[in-house]
Amino acid sequence: MDNYKKDFPILENRNIAYLDNGATTQKPIQVIDALTEFYKNYNANPHRGAYGLSIEATEKYEDTRTKIAKFINARHREEIIFSKNATESLNLIAYSYGPNNLSENDEVVLSIMEHHSNLVPWQKITKQTKSTLKYMYINNNYEISDEEIETKITDKTKIVGITHVSNVLGTINNLKKIIKYAHKKGAIVIVDASQSIPHMRIDVQDMDADFLVFSGHKMLAPLGIGVLYGKKQLLNDMTPFLMGGDMIEYVYEQDTTFAPLPNKFEAGTQNVEGVIGLGSAIDYIESIGYEEIQKIEKELTEYAIDKLSKLEFLTLYLTKNKLNHSSVISFNIKGVHPHDVATILDSQGVCVRSGNHCAQPLMRFLGIDSTCRASLYFYNTKEDIDKLVNGLQTAYNMFKKYIK
Amino acid sequence: MDDLTEMYNELIMEHSMNSYNKKQLDDANFEEKGHNPNCGDEITLQIKVNGNIIEDMAFSGNGCAISQASTSIMIDTLKGKTIEEAKEIIQTFINMIKRETTDENELKKLEDAIAFKNVSNMPARVKCALLAWHTLEDLLQQVK
Repeated sequence: MDNYKKDFPILENRNIAYLDNGATTQKPIQVIDALTEFYKNYNANPHRGAYGLSIEATEKYEDTRTKIAKFINARHREEIIFSKNATESLNLIAYSYGPNNLSENDEVVLSIMEHHSNLVPWQKITKQTKSTLKYMYINNNYEISDEEIETKITDKTKIVGITHVSNVLGTINNLKKIIKYAHKKGAIVIVDASQSIPHMRIDVQDMDADFLVFSGHKMLAPLGIGVLYGKKQLLNDMTPFLMGGDMIEYVYEQDTTFAPLPNKFEAGTQNVEGVIGLGSAIDYIESIGYEEIQKIEKELTEYAIDKLSKLEFLTLYLTKNKLNHSSVISFNIKGVHPHDVATILDSQGVCVRSGNHCAQPLMRFLGIDSTCRASLYFYNTKEDIDKLVNGLQTAYNMFKKYIK
Repeated sequence: MDDLTEMYNELIMEHSMNSYNKKQLDDANFEEKGHNPNCGDEITLQIKVNGNIIEDMAFSGNGCAISQASTSIMIDTLKGKTIEEAKEIIQTFINMIKRETTDENELKKLEDAIAFKNVSNMPARVKCALLAWHTLEDLLQQVK
């Protein structure tokens, strides 16, 4: 197995087992260098200047749009809209698509494992349009059953929101089934690919998603850059989300006509360095290849689950079906709060997330307040997992005589 | 590791895992909820005020060892105190955690709650230690 850590300066500079990749990934030197290169040689405001430098900056910005379109197999490059992050992309859909396409008696169906970002906006929009918000729940194996899909998605359903991979459970949802069934019932489907695109190939045409969103920072790119993919016809019919510069055609004192896609949804000067960084992150991922990434992650995840299952003081929250599980592992030491566990792990140089993971309705459904979560990426190693396991043993030893 | 073992000491562990202050007060006259949305720490404080004196106090809820122990030890420290004394001690505790007070004499007023001094070296846990104290601060606003 190649050691990819050498490409990540922070993993060389800090003696840590970084296991919080579901929150954000570290950045390879190739991405860091691409940002420096942009500011040293190409920085100008795209779409604004008639001079050579601005045109070069525009080319770099727009070439990345084309690269992303190819990367997720979008039919048209203007179906790629840049945003701040997945949250902003989801809000854009909710605010620009929701109100014009929902009315009383209509239903929006989400999964109970949605991140707050694909849930809270829909609470607002369904209340505003007097439509109904419904949930697809998970079974004892932390998966959404086919029966649940077919019960909850009905002729009344207009919008389905579904995360590709749960950021808490690591469950990989059966998107093809959900999308096919939703389309049969006349609903559109929004896919949150934030937790999947760092780990697996996304093909928006093959899955037939109507909208798909993700954040760059969870796939090696800088913080603050996100993507919205939408089918061209849907995006064309939507009203702009943010108004301002570069998204207009003609502006009069009282009225404005809007620019065509994609500019219609990109008001104001954009996060150009983020776009450049995302392009470079995609190059890096392609240079390794998803096949290799999955091979490494599968081996690491199996190793981790095997080791963690042997700690009898631990509860694991994951499906038994390996094929439906990504590289996210949630767990608790029975009787010990996850924050205390995370603090003790931190003292051993192990970074894990603890808390409700922006998924309070899921936590409530599971009957727990919070979990610890280790989320792996291809640069992690078995040594990182061993550190986690040893740290958990230390935490348990500190607490065991007090556990009721 | 030193900060850590000092932090998770006998006193704090006992209070967090098996607190005698974690119960329902039947004759409470004031109640207040406290919540750290990012962590999920959640407590409800109940107090019985008689005249100017905090005669009894109890809590319910759940959260990490630091938040639960801090609540329980706060109750031990403040039970029997006047409202004015309690407000002063709350301020001293907040100042200790924020490293604004290091005066030993001042800190003595905190009694067992001085055990949380090291939390000032653990920025991620400051909110956990302060939850109960801020909640009581809010609660005492209601007491005329």
